[in-house]
Amino acid sequence: MSKETREKTHADKVKDKAFKKLVALGKDVYGQLEEGKYPDFEMPLRASSNIFYDLKTRQYSVGKKRVRRSAGNVRHLKPFLQTMFVASFAARDLLQPGRTSTLRDLYYSSESAMAKMFGDQSESDKAITDVEAIIGMAREDFNIFPDARSTIYGDLIVSFLDKKTKQRRELNLAFNPDGQTIGPTLVKSDFVKTGADKVICIESGGMFQRLIEEDADEQFNAILVHLAGQAPRGTRRLIRRMNEELNLPVYVFVDADPWGMHIYNVIASGSASAAHLTGLTTPDAIWMGLTPTDITTYDLPTDNFTKGDLNRTVQLIRDPRYQKPYLQEELKVFMQLKKKAEQQSLTSKSLTFVVDEYLPAKFNEIAKMQRVGKI
Amino acid sequence: MSKVEFKQLSPADFFYRNRELAGFDSPTKSLYTAFREIIENSFDGAEIGGINPDIFVSIKEKSEDVYTIFISDNGIGIPGSKVPKALAKLLFGGKYVERQSRGHFGLGASMTVLYSQITTNLPTRVLSCTRGSEVIDEYHLMIDIQRNEPIIRYHNQLPNKKKWHGVAVEVNIEGDYGRAHPKILNYIESTAMVAPYANITFIDAYGILYKFNKVVDEVPKLGKAVLPHPRGIDTEKMLRLIRVARQKSMKNFLTSNFQRVGDITAKNFLKYVNINPDKVPSQLDHDEIVRCVQGMNSFEDFLSPETKCLSPIGEAVLEAGIKKELEPKFIASITRKPQAYSGHPFVVEVAMAYGGNKIESSSEPTLFRFANRIPLLYDQYADVAAKVIRSFNWRMYKVPQNGNLAIITHIASTKVPYRTAGKESISDRPELEREMKLAMQVCARKMRVYLSRIEREERSAKRASIFEKYLPYIAQFATKLSGKKQVPPTDFVKSVKKGDD
Repeated sequence: MSKETREKTHADKVKDKAFKKLVALGKDVYGQLEEGKYPDFEMPLRASSNIFYDLKTRQYSVGKKRVRRSAGNVRHLKPFLQTMFVASFAARDLLQPGRTSTLRDLYYSSESAMAKMFGDQSESDKAITDVEAIIGMAREDFNIFPDARSTIYGDLIVSFLDKKTKQRRELNLAFNPDGQTIGPTLVKSDFVKTGADKVICIESGGMFQRLIEEDADEQFNAILVHLAGQAPRGTRRLIRRMNEELNLPVYVFVDADPWGMHIYNVIASGSASAAHLTGLTTPDAIWMGLTPTDITTYDLPTDNFTKGDLNRTVQLIRDPRYQKPYLQEELKVFMQLKKKAEQQSLTSKSLTFVVDEYLPAKFNEIAKMQRVGKI
Repeated sequence: MSKVEFKQLSPADFFYRNRELAGFDSPTKSLYTAFREIIENSFDGAEIGGINPDIFVSIKEKSEDVYTIFISDNGIGIPGSKVPKALAKLLFGGKYVERQSRGHFGLGASMTVLYSQITTNLPTRVLSCTRGSEVIDEYHLMIDIQRNEPIIRYHNQLPNKKKWHGVAVEVNIEGDYGRAHPKILNYIESTAMVAPYANITFIDAYGILYKFNKVVDEVPKLGKAVLPHPRGIDTEKMLRLIRVARQKSMKNFLTSNFQRVGDITAKNFLKYVNINPDKVPSQLDHDEIVRCVQGMNSFEDFLSPETKCLSPIGEAVLEAGIKKELEPKFIASITRKPQAYSGHPFVVEVAMAYGGNKIESSSEPTLFRFANRIPLLYDQYADVAAKVIRSFNWRMYKVPQNGNLAIITHIASTKVPYRTAGKESISDRPELEREMKLAMQVCARKMRVYLSRIEREERSAKRASIFEKYLPYIAQFATKLSGKKQVPPTDFVKSVKKGDD
């Protein structure tokens, strides 16, 4: 059986779609240039005035407003050029030969095409976001990834096409006791089989290692994901796919502070900077803690709120993504307590406290709340 | 009881003791003052005769700290018999009529002769010849300081074979040339700027030659001598006028001794100060004189002062001189209408020059100040022109942060209101400040039109270059992305489209 006729994987389909859309953009601009016109194209407006919380999809979304970017406008000229570079680089240097690039790779690659095309990496990152908005697909779909730093561990077997050996391979994510890096291959891999019935996302590396060591994956029948702070998009996409394709409920276990809460909420509802994308959010993800109530319940060692913590909490109270009653309640507890605690403060009880006491109690509590419809 | 001896000082003796009053204080300033006094004399000598000045001046080191200044001009010359008094007697021939004149301290070259004598004890050599004279008079002069009389050390008459006319002076001055040099150079360059009708050749003490050639032929007309305006009168001057008056009535006294006072004005004024028009001037008592002087300052129906005594440079000449010396890309100038303060007429002239390589690029405009055609080089900050410049927001007139803008100001007046005895900065009399401000606004508005155009042109040139730089890349990337072979041309860029900014 030749390669062409074999069934296309999920990853192949996404890749083809992205490639076609990019080439269509190129043909459009090329055609306008041939007519001797200053080329232009349209894209959704990403200004905050056009970003809102979509109750239907339960994520941050871009509205209907669109902007026209024209090479005839001197202020649009450089962004236009940058966008065209990113699109041509993605289609012809990445997707076509099957390469991937990090955000930083792309920034450096631009130098060979045109010196000083980007002032710094934030400019090239912005151009990448523009291309995402134009074709309505995520940068991972055209093979541009952030540096992988997030990991996964648990009973899940995935399959993918190994680019080196050109062979299909299967991988058990419980194979590596340090956790498996969540890279582009893994994010786009096909799920084969899992015995787990939930996903637990963990903010800090220390807690992730503790849970692996204490066999939390077996005890709670869970796949463990290390977020490493604010979760990278690939990780968010993988979480969403596990939730959607494997029907696994997702629990998010973070520090007890407004920043930890927001890590949860970006997984659930998305961020303004990725509002033009879909498929990254897991609206049903559950914030399991640490909650400020946990701080008092378990009498955990704490730090005092800084001014920044307080301001952030006030912002979150007003944020449309935080309107669920239990989130509002807990935010108000923060305001009263004015204290925060790290996940690892649970270790102050004992090394096994988190698996022996905290998590079982937490799952019970969440189940109870779900029954009364509080979550 | 001790006896106090009162001794009357001769003018020469007075200035010998108070030479700083005439600008001869430090060795640096003295050399500079001597230099300018004799140059100004040469200018006057030529302009009086309607001659384009052709002046040669050099400074040479004679011995340590002693410098010889030599100058020769092509003016009308001084008649041979009058040379000693004109150069070696201070305050010879006072000015009792009013007219705009260069004379910085009213002392002319004689103060230089005096200073030369007291620092070097050498005579000043003078050659003079009037137009059409067969002989040139040569004198070696010194001054009898106590009597204020010339001492003639040598006198000879030479045949005038080349039909020369003018004055040549060789004077030795003790001074600090190293320090005076920048001021002297600045002075002569500035002078050339407002006298584009003159040829000036200058050799400095280092042997470097500077030549300033005339670019216009028209020689400025000197202001006409006029009677004083009543508003500028003080009691002392009034007393002097009354003392020499031959008129038999106050009415006639007023009409013949003051400018622009006719029968009706005289009658109204005398009614205003309650003095009988038929009263004999010499019979006025003290109270009446004081009342008369005070009334002259408060009476509102005098006509404004005569202006034919003024000699502004004029816009055309000013611009020609500035173009020659500063080579700007843009120039605007204005000669305002005559105005008056306290009975003294004055005219303000302002020019603005922008761009080119000669004008310094600076966050503040470079200011060149002139009063009665004389450059003012000291105390700039205190000057009314500097004050007005500070009050302007130059960004409003499109002047870039580090623009190269030069502002030239000239005040022509029968009495320039100097701030101090040093006569280097002009005070901010409200009438003057207002005129200065209006004149600068007129020039600045014209300049803004020019600078806006430059700004627009630069912007569109920059825009065109951005298009030329970026569009080929866009074409290249679009070609690669679309998978086509040939890069489409982008030469339509040449007809630059206006951006919507």
